[in-house]
Amino acid sequence: MNRQAASDNQTRRNRGGSDVLRLFITYLALALVDAFALYLIYVFAADGVIELAVAVGVVTIGVNIINLRQGLYALRWIAPALSLMVLMVVYPIVYTVYVSFTNFGDGNLLTKQQVIRILSQETYLPEGGKVYAWAIYANAAGDYALWLTDRNADDRYYFATLGGFEAVESVAAGADLPAEYRGYQLLGRREALQAAREAEELGFGTADQPIGIAGRREAGEFAQRLVYQPETDAILDMETGSLYRAVYDYGRDETSGEPYQTGQFVNDQGDTLRTGFRAGIGTQNFSSFIDNDEIRGPLIRIFLWTIGFSLASVFTTFALGLFFALIMQNQRIPLRKVFRTLLIIPWAIPGLISVAVWRGMLNENLGVVSNIIRAFGLEPPPFFIDPGWAKLGILLVNLWLGYPYFMLVCSGALAAIPSDMYEAAEVDGAGWWRKFRDLTLPLLLVAVGPLLIASFTFNFNNFTIIEAYDEGGPPMKEAGNLPAGHTDILISYAFRLAFGSGRGSDFGLASAITIVIFAMVACVTLLQYRLTKGWEETSENV
Amino acid sequence: MSSLAHKRKRSRYTLAQNAQLALQIIILIAAVVFALFPIIWVASAALNPAQSMVTQSIIPPLPEVRVVYAKEPGTLLQIAAPNGTRVERSAELVLLVEVDGKEKELRAIKNGYVENIRISVGESYVEGDALYDISSSYFINFDTLLNTPRKPFLRWMVNSCVIASISAVVIVLVTAFSAYSFSRFRFYGRRSLLVLILLVQVFPNLLALVAIYLMLQQIGNHIPFLGLNTAGGLMLVYIGGGMGINIWLMKGFFDSVPRDIDESALVDGASHWQVYWHLIFPLVRPVLVVVGILSFVGTYNEFVLARVMLRDKDTWTLMVGLWQYISANFAQDWGVFGAGAIIGALPSLAIYLMLQDQIVGGLTQGAVKG
Repeated sequence: MNRQAASDNQTRRNRGGSDVLRLFITYLALALVDAFALYLIYVFAADGVIELAVAVGVVTIGVNIINLRQGLYALRWIAPALSLMVLMVVYPIVYTVYVSFTNFGDGNLLTKQQVIRILSQETYLPEGGKVYAWAIYANAAGDYALWLTDRNADDRYYFATLGGFEAVESVAAGADLPAEYRGYQLLGRREALQAAREAEELGFGTADQPIGIAGRREAGEFAQRLVYQPETDAILDMETGSLYRAVYDYGRDETSGEPYQTGQFVNDQGDTLRTGFRAGIGTQNFSSFIDNDEIRGPLIRIFLWTIGFSLASVFTTFALGLFFALIMQNQRIPLRKVFRTLLIIPWAIPGLISVAVWRGMLNENLGVVSNIIRAFGLEPPPFFIDPGWAKLGILLVNLWLGYPYFMLVCSGALAAIPSDMYEAAEVDGAGWWRKFRDLTLPLLLVAVGPLLIASFTFNFNNFTIIEAYDEGGPPMKEAGNLPAGHTDILISYAFRLAFGSGRGSDFGLASAITIVIFAMVACVTLLQYRLTKGWEETSENV
Repeated sequence: MSSLAHKRKRSRYTLAQNAQLALQIIILIAAVVFALFPIIWVASAALNPAQSMVTQSIIPPLPEVRVVYAKEPGTLLQIAAPNGTRVERSAELVLLVEVDGKEKELRAIKNGYVENIRISVGESYVEGDALYDISSSYFINFDTLLNTPRKPFLRWMVNSCVIASISAVVIVLVTAFSAYSFSRFRFYGRRSLLVLILLVQVFPNLLALVAIYLMLQQIGNHIPFLGLNTAGGLMLVYIGGGMGINIWLMKGFFDSVPRDIDESALVDGASHWQVYWHLIFPLVRPVLVVVGILSFVGTYNEFVLARVMLRDKDTWTLMVGLWQYISANFAQDWGVFGAGAIIGALPSLAIYLMLQDQIVGGLTQGAVKG
């Protein structure tokens, strides 16, 4: 009936014209998208990943508004790109900002609820609690039961089901275990192994007589050891009676100057439970740039090297590229096209491969460059051991990688400079240097300037070359436990803090550094945008 | 006649100009040497059958076909090839010897590299017997590269190509729509949105990895083909990350198409969709191809995200796989890496060299126009 009506509807709309049909298709597509999105929101929320559910929800609402409001027609064309960007770029940014204000990292990976859930699984044997030997039974429904033997009381037998507990009277103490008892079968050795694994998670017995499996031989009146008390926001250790309070504070101890441990359950003696939780710690990650000696010193040096590396890379690649472009201007050079093609090859090779090859060539003992230097009777420079040489090596490799781009760009820009300007300059008696300084360079910089800035921001975050050259090495000794290297730039340092192998992850600190990088690069990008007069251009169009 | 004119023309150049030309050519030749040196080196390493990155000559010496002769039992069996010479793909080298009148196999060589073999006392054979032919060729590294099941190079290459192609096509299609809108419509918030996209784009998404990782993990729980460790999930990351910069690039191209064309069509009653599909799209198609190819190369070369997102060897991309050959501190294998690097760099190299003019044009135009 409904289907009939729907198809009637459809045919009428078809007859009604293509506009109605299009509207119908739009609604249908939108409905499908919404259904899918609702499913995602539901499952994400059910998994407890609220932030992702919210992100999907925001995108879905946005898409619906854009598609349903006629006034937003222009945005419909952008909606797919915007949705992708919000989910894959904006959401991660927001998440990173959030993480930068937390202690998220090794030792504090889980949320407080997850930690409480894990800790509550710990059990202990209360004073006076009885211990039994056990054997496992199962009934036809697959429910397990335990046959308990009290070794301390002449092997008296008890039988514990899920929710039941009784002393066994029908079997004499010390007699063989019955194959069947009250509908439960004694399991064979192989089945019992599998069953025991499942039964370990279960609580047998009644509320007064709780029985849990504690080991291969022991079962007993084990009770939950760590109990969370919502009213005091603390975990009570039932065994020792000590109270572990949840600590969110950040800052330092007045007397010792030690930073507080945040995201931990701490008792009065200062002991913590084994698992910490994720907690907001305010701006501590950011202030540790200044407060923490292990972070501050290396961070300043890494920052300076990042700037130096970016500037030097831009300058050297631009200078060499321009130099080659100027030479290539001479029309009399034979095979110009061939030269040009050969010279841009470094640019066309995947960067990772190039850097890896250079790494092999510069290797002190076996590398071909070192061998050549040795052939001249000189000692090859320690390209991977000495910080200065390592930096020089990186700049050399980056020069090789980067000059072809500027050679091509400068060639284009040089060709665009009208030749009569040069002729006029020659009439005025200008030498080549004056022509270059007062004519070529200024005109060139107008065209190439934005690309220089773009190149700066690119190198500012040029993770590949640093990582592939020597993973930021040689290591910086001052950094202590933190994985800082002499050739690390900010982005590679942050990456290593977050994903550093073996030394533990500190996502919070890494995210804080990321925010700083983002702020700086965003400023430079805005500057570039203004310089390219993009501002004026788009303003005109509005 | 023409040659006369040519001569006269040539004689116009002064000695200084000719000297300058000579100097320039010398500089260019030096530059070419600088540019090509690493490539020649990696090619040489790829052809070198010895498992070492030391190359004394550009064309490495090839071990001749040699025959291993037995000497007396209990001594070191001398194999007439240098240690480390690769003799066979990762299979073991098997020596056939006679022990007590029976043939016996001696498996003593690891991973296809020659090592000296000790023959136990009591294993007898006729002195001077040929035990094994060691053959080698310049392409043994390529052979190893393509035929090591533990390191499925071809699989990686296919993965890379599939991921890069699909990402590039989706990026171009989606961003072309957006660029059309930004170029042709005037709407409230247009400028702010453009600037916002530009700013959001410069966020190093390398460092949003934690969020991206957790998100893919979560998505993968419910949509398996978009989760971690899948090509789909990685493509999602690449496509999302490729939006911003390409919207800007494309907007520049769309702006360069005169608006008169579509305005007259709109006046004639065409819809925006028709204008886009029948008028603008054919005009910008060559540019779209260039943008697509650039996206392809960028994705194909990407390494860090792929390394974090893909954990199974079978799902790896080319760059992640290649890196394994040289990342481990021991077991660096420059010969096989070189072979892989040459094959792996070919698509990117071919594309750049064929399209060098268009690419430069596109880059400068896109960048200068903002």
